Amino acid sequence: MHDTPAIADRHDAICVIGAGASGLAAIKNLREHGFAVDCYERETSVGGAWNWRHDRSPIYAGTHLISSRPLTEFPDFPMPDTWPDYPHHSQLLSYLERYAAHFGLGEHIWFGTEVVAVTPVGDGRWDVTTRSSGGVALRVQRYAAVVVANGHNWSPKVPAYEGLASFKGRMIHSSAYKDPAQLRGRKVLVVGGGNSGCDIAVEAAQQAATVWHSTRRGYWQIPKYLFGRPADQVNDLMLKWRLPLRMRQWLVRRTVRLTAGDVRRYGLPAPDHRPFESHPLVNSQLLYYMGHGRIIPVPDVAALDGSSVELADGRRVDPDLIINATGYLPKFDFLTPEVLEMDDDGRPNLHLHAFARRHPTLSVVGLLQSDAGLFPLAHWQSVAVARWLRLWQSEPARAAALWRKETARPPRSWARRHVVPSTRHWFEVGHVEYLRVLEGLLTELEPKVATP
Amino acid sequence: MTSDVLRFDDWTSPVPPVRREVVSSTEMADEGLPPVLFVPGLGHGPWAFAEHWLPHAASRGFPAHAVALRPGGDLRAYVHDVVQVAASLPRQAVLVGHGAGALIVARALGRYPARAAVLVAPVLDGWAALGAAVRANPVGTLPALFGGRLRLSRKQLFSPALPAQAANGYLRRLDRSGSRARGEVLWHPAPPRPVGSPPTLVVGSPDDRVVPRASLDRTAGRYRTAPLLFPGMGHDLMLDANWVEPIDAILDWLGKELAR
Repeated sequence: MHDTPAIADRHDAICVIGAGASGLAAIKNLREHGFAVDCYERETSVGGAWNWRHDRSPIYAGTHLISSRPLTEFPDFPMPDTWPDYPHHSQLLSYLERYAAHFGLGEHIWFGTEVVAVTPVGDGRWDVTTRSSGGVALRVQRYAAVVVANGHNWSPKVPAYEGLASFKGRMIHSSAYKDPAQLRGRKVLVVGGGNSGCDIAVEAAQQAATVWHSTRRGYWQIPKYLFGRPADQVNDLMLKWRLPLRMRQWLVRRTVRLTAGDVRRYGLPAPDHRPFESHPLVNSQLLYYMGHGRIIPVPDVAALDGSSVELADGRRVDPDLIINATGYLPKFDFLTPEVLEMDDDGRPNLHLHAFARRHPTLSVVGLLQSDAGLFPLAHWQSVAVARWLRLWQSEPARAAALWRKETARPPRSWARRHVVPSTRHWFEVGHVEYLRVLEGLLTELEPKVATP
Repeated sequence: MTSDVLRFDDWTSPVPPVRREVVSSTEMADEGLPPVLFVPGLGHGPWAFAEHWLPHAASRGFPAHAVALRPGGDLRAYVHDVVQVAASLPRQAVLVGHGAGALIVARALGRYPARAAVLVAPVLDGWAALGAAVRANPVGTLPALFGGRLRLSRKQLFSPALPAQAANGYLRRLDRSGSRARGEVLWHPAPPRPVGSPPTLVVGSPDDRVVPRASLDRTAGRYRTAPLLFPGMGHDLMLDANWVEPIDAILDWLGKELAR
């Protein structure tokens, strides 16, 4: 390339990509381990997905947490205990802003700067090409390591419906749904049985004229509260007592039978999988509105045809707005697929969903789907990354031996084994199993000197 | 086995929130200086710091705060409260704990990456403190072992240099706060390793009748430092006649650590 700019060597500094929750945790923990950090953020403020001002944010006005506060907060920076069990997204943003201010992270972040390319240069170091968002001039800087924290809930996965071109109504992805006013008085078809799909169907039930909710399969719907406590806290009580999976599955079946009963009565298909084999669906209101006729459950969409939608069971509905709550796909435009060992579908193959197998100085933080909040996992991942990089620099021989041993561990030792096959479950982990494995790694990554 | 990573206690039965009493002085705060959070020990409240140390730290430009131990709390609740208050401050805080408050700080350091930590006359080794207290003040101490009231005496807490009127005034202000946690001061697991490796200072007096010198050395050794000593002073360094020397030494040390 004739316009390749001069490369500025940042020596031992580490590049963090993204200043959302995971990126902030990475900056803080790398700084705590003594590293110089440059973080690049394409937006002009922190918060990533949780900042509704960001054009890639999936947040809508009514978004609340689906995991409860104690299971969502960073382990070393608690949310105020006066906040509700399930805080609002604006509280999450203020929490992340306070985290950044509290630990003085802002001075390490280059806002309005987009990462265009991350290229390995051989000796474990990386050339990072950036440009100011919307600008053209490129800048290349060389780093000792790169931590990718660009999030995985921003690139919409859009279904390719048959007859899509003929559809006369409006169709949006759930990421473009922001405000209940978009639903008011309309006939809305919400597609997707994930947490967003169910939450948006419930919002639509309070605003729209008619609401159809299309799901491919039946799910285990867990209410937000069980026995007067947030459901995830009850689940963790079972995990604390180390109840076997079979017994936990039995307890969920039992609890659902005692509360919701047989979901087929609401017109929903029965789950085609056991509890804990899909990403948890936490919603107390979906069945309520189905019982009130405000949400009509329908099967998969077969085809679109002019102003109507043909469903898998042959029924036809005529929505004027389709909201595809069909999820997101991870996207790493700045890396070549080989670096992350992506398969043809674009699924990266990383050790612990975090460490690039062939590049010890490249890691990804926050690329997880967990049955609890993500922040604690991103925190401990970034502590592991910081300790790993410190070991890599200070004790190369021990680091190499540990790397061989670690990366040989089969994914079934740390990833969810039995899940419904879907892109949604690519990064599915149980937070307790995953953290147990991560804690083992953290212990191994300790410096060998005696500690207090 | 407790784990730093798997916190089932916090995940399944979070400490219930309370209205926390925090005394603050921030009017003279210097932009560049971190907040200092004082944590009192058993029987003491924020008043023990509000008397001298809090205004003194504030006059030297540090935003200064002192938190009260919640009524009826246990050690876990105190640690929760200290971390909650620290995390609510705009910048990474310096934690200063006195007596059993130093034990609370030592535990909080496993949960919150403090900017720095100061353990003043730390009661990290409850048995040594109990032994010293029984020797110095058997009548006031023994009933407390059987659920009675702990009556600390003037000679335990203060040097003879403190006028009797002031000393008696302070003694009258001691209350039962922390009485539920007394057992935990004796029986508690070793303090966790501090997260974020904050610089840590141990301050005490060789003439402290609550924390014996050997115990002070052990605590300092745990944090790979030597205790900074103020001979002639009693256990309550923040109230004793010579209170200005230790706080100045602490703030000087802090200034040096922050400049690194």
